[in-house]
Amino acid sequence: MPHVNSLYGPLDPAPDAGYVDAPPRMGFFTDTSVCIGCKACEVACKEWNNVPGSGLDLLGMSYDNTGALTANSWRHVAFVEQPRSAGWATPAFDGTPDGPAVSPETAAVGAGTSTDTGTDPGLPPGSPAAAARMSGGPEFLGMPGAQPPGRGTGAEGRADFRWLMMSDVCKHCTHAACLDVCPTGSLFRTEFGTVVVQEDICNGCGYCISACPYGVIDQRKDDGRAWKCTLCYDRMGVGMTPACAQACPTESIQYGSLEDLRERAAARVATLHEQGVPDARLYGDDPNDGVGGDGAFFLLLDEPEVYGLPPDPIVTTRDLPAMWKRAGLAALTMAAATAFAFLGGRP
Amino acid sequence: MTAGQRHRQPGRGSGRGGEQVTVPPADFTSYYGRPVLKPPVWKHDIAGYLFTGGLAAGSALIGAGAHLTGRPGLRAVGRWTALGGVAASTYLLIHDLGRPDRFHHMLRVAKLTSPMSVGTWILAAFGPMAGVAAVAELAPLLPQHGPLGLARRLAPPVGNVAGLAAAATAPALATYTGVLLADTAVPSWHDAYPSLPFVFAGSALAAASGVGLIAAPAAETAPLRRLALAAAAIELAGGRQLERLGLTGEPYGHGRSGRLVRAGRALLAVGTAGALVSRRSRILSAISGAALVASSVATRFGVFEAGRVSARDPKYTVAPQRERLAQKGPAASR
Repeated sequence: MPHVNSLYGPLDPAPDAGYVDAPPRMGFFTDTSVCIGCKACEVACKEWNNVPGSGLDLLGMSYDNTGALTANSWRHVAFVEQPRSAGWATPAFDGTPDGPAVSPETAAVGAGTSTDTGTDPGLPPGSPAAAARMSGGPEFLGMPGAQPPGRGTGAEGRADFRWLMMSDVCKHCTHAACLDVCPTGSLFRTEFGTVVVQEDICNGCGYCISACPYGVIDQRKDDGRAWKCTLCYDRMGVGMTPACAQACPTESIQYGSLEDLRERAAARVATLHEQGVPDARLYGDDPNDGVGGDGAFFLLLDEPEVYGLPPDPIVTTRDLPAMWKRAGLAALTMAAATAFAFLGGRP
Repeated sequence: MTAGQRHRQPGRGSGRGGEQVTVPPADFTSYYGRPVLKPPVWKHDIAGYLFTGGLAAGSALIGAGAHLTGRPGLRAVGRWTALGGVAASTYLLIHDLGRPDRFHHMLRVAKLTSPMSVGTWILAAFGPMAGVAAVAELAPLLPQHGPLGLARRLAPPVGNVAGLAAAATAPALATYTGVLLADTAVPSWHDAYPSLPFVFAGSALAAASGVGLIAAPAAETAPLRRLALAAAAIELAGGRQLERLGLTGEPYGHGRSGRLVRAGRALLAVGTAGALVSRRSRILSAISGAALVASSVATRFGVFEAGRVSARDPKYTVAPQRERLAQKGPAASR
């Protein structure tokens, strides 16, 4: 008999999947407040799981050149640049000089310096007048300004600035839509409560990809199958820490039993609130949310959508019974319409 | 470009038909404008399958109806179209897989939570029955005597049973596809779950009536004209809800997907009207039939495309979820 919450609501997924004496549910707590954006997690994941390279592309999205979680990137470090105070710090650039980078006098002196380069003409001295003129501010030559941000505009014109970094990963949902809709049984629930694709079963139907409310799972073009984070199922099985958490130098990625992690996360949020970071909030930790809580949850410093996460995801199969009812009603209507056409009325 | 920038979507009023459907202005944030969801990887094979599967299901129903009411010409058309439709469906479904050689992995499990698994088993039941029913139509070509003569006599009853069995599973085949699309995170598909099975049921009957009007003997087409009318009523009644979904209904009324959906409706109206008045004209009947078939193709591709549009734009994911959180109250949105 399936659990009343088997499609929606709080649930311990491993026993629900039929495991007897399942070990505690394991997961990740990713604390983005200490992430330094080093991407060691991305590299360690690729190394351990033999995930193919995803190309060396410059996407023009801050320092994020991975772009998103894909079949070939099972960890993704998001970089968000915001014109906003970092919270606990003094206002950005406070106290730094707001004049030009160099005074006209200094520039004029500098133009006269030289050094013996051992070549001819080597480094001849410049024009003091031109140097003094240049130092007064950017002379528009069709080139971007050479001054640091905030210089020359006065202190009040400067924007605050902060960087948000966050290592994203598969959420290993309590109610995993990918797993629910998989028609081959390739996706399965492990004894640790995580969700894993069996690559020898997947036939690349693509249903899981449309079903995931986080846009995590993805298909490899060359082999046609769906791939995503396994939470290093092979390492977990022998009591080892998943590769990304092992590699993380700041313990931004923490691995452990979900129960411990939730306690730790609540304490961390309380600490941050005390330290004057009121924006700190947990994401995916609540067993009463739309997916029954995530096995991999996060501490964020801004709204989820800023990091590319859905603000209120709901597992699509919550509505599946209602959907089947509508389909049944439509099927009956269809049969009735046919009966009406062939039996009713005069030809 | 900076991330976390707020996109402003001006409020939109759709004034068509004198009816004002106003979508509240969506003010939302995104990560460099990138989609939150992965857009469906299904190719146009699946949109094509929605059409061929529906056509097969509708035709099987027509075949059974014609059999039960003594219309042999229409029966043959229904059965052959059902077989052709289901064969094309099977091809399209397998061709769309990332690993077509593993299509049989679908048969390892039967899962009610996976509409694709349910659909696989519906197709597995429907396909062979539709095939037997169609092949039984070849009985008159067999010799009168000998072992093949026995087959000639056995084929019609076997075909009739198979045809009825196919018709019994046909409504499920035509409507489960609505659940197939709706049971995803794709905003425009998921939110349309109450409507999609009805739209698809109507579209399936319209397509099958259309093929019947083109191919069946004129004297036997009277039920098809009534069926086209019923199909139009079902599809238009179900489809009316699509644009009323709010923001996620937008792709059904706008852009390429919106044009396809509207073309589907216009063709449906034209085809149905034509079917009702073309009783005496073979050519007009065929043209009406073609309009009905084209309507079904346009509707299927339009609905398919609308889903893809809604998954590609973070607006359709973030804005409705934000609205939901706002309704739950400030405590929920933290």
